[in-house]
Amino acid sequence: MASSIRVRATSSGDITEVQALIQHPMDTGLVKDSKGELIPAHFIRQLKFECNGKDVFVADWGTAVSKDPYVKFSFKGAKKGDELKISWTDNKGGSDTTIAKIA
Amino acid sequence: MTTTPKPHWRPHPTRRLILRGAASVALLGLGNLPFAAAPARAAANDKYPEEAFRQKSEADAIKALYGKTAEPSDKVKLDAPEIAENGGVVPISVTTTLEKVSSISFFVAENPSALAASYRIPDGTIPAVANRLKMARTTKLTAIVEADGKLYSATKEVKVTVGGCGG
Repeated sequence: MASSIRVRATSSGDITEVQALIQHPMDTGLVKDSKGELIPAHFIRQLKFECNGKDVFVADWGTAVSKDPYVKFSFKGAKKGDELKISWTDNKGGSDTTIAKIA
Repeated sequence: MTTTPKPHWRPHPTRRLILRGAASVALLGLGNLPFAAAPARAAANDKYPEEAFRQKSEADAIKALYGKTAEPSDKVKLDAPEIAENGGVVPISVTTTLEKVSSISFFVAENPSALAASYRIPDGTIPAVANRLKMARTTKLTAIVEADGKLYSATKEVKVTVGGCGG
């Protein structure tokens, strides 16, 4: 299965900038489909970034995060070639994980 | 984004990757064990702040998440559009010059649940986040930065032309 996670992690000096884009419906549970039935809530609850065995960024999300979420942050202490592990879990027990090399 | 990032497709995940994924899911599961009803962010734990996300009003959500109130600070810079044509995708970012930051959270006052997103900032991570949130209607947006155990906030009114919560 193709990964739902697209990441770009670029290092410049001591700082690594990370941008991630995830494919996910992020349904709020408040929207009706074409038949007038509510689409049940389906959203990512937690998104985690780990580098060299340490959490560098953890996002706790509710339904108010936009569809196909995007997030950007930066951290120190990694260098080019290090691996960044990204994983998410959603409210229905779905999850995905990917590993990106810092460029 | 200035250029389109290259997709990192992994058509054949290695076994190790699958195992790692399973392990992290198991860890997350452990993190969800019910502990004492202390405010979620008070201690550095891994727990998803379920209770805070369930609160309707901003005040209740802040209380459930942090257990205290925030003071406005000009050291918190909240960047959001004056007018959002599409409430479903509002680009919002926050930066701060405060030190010892441990978390950054976003609240949308008149959304069905005020807490939108909360980010944990471990040591070594720059206290700045950009993300995209949904806004139901024209309302106040609040960013809270937790630094050295205290809460600092910045707010901004965003006009929403088309609401982002459907219905």
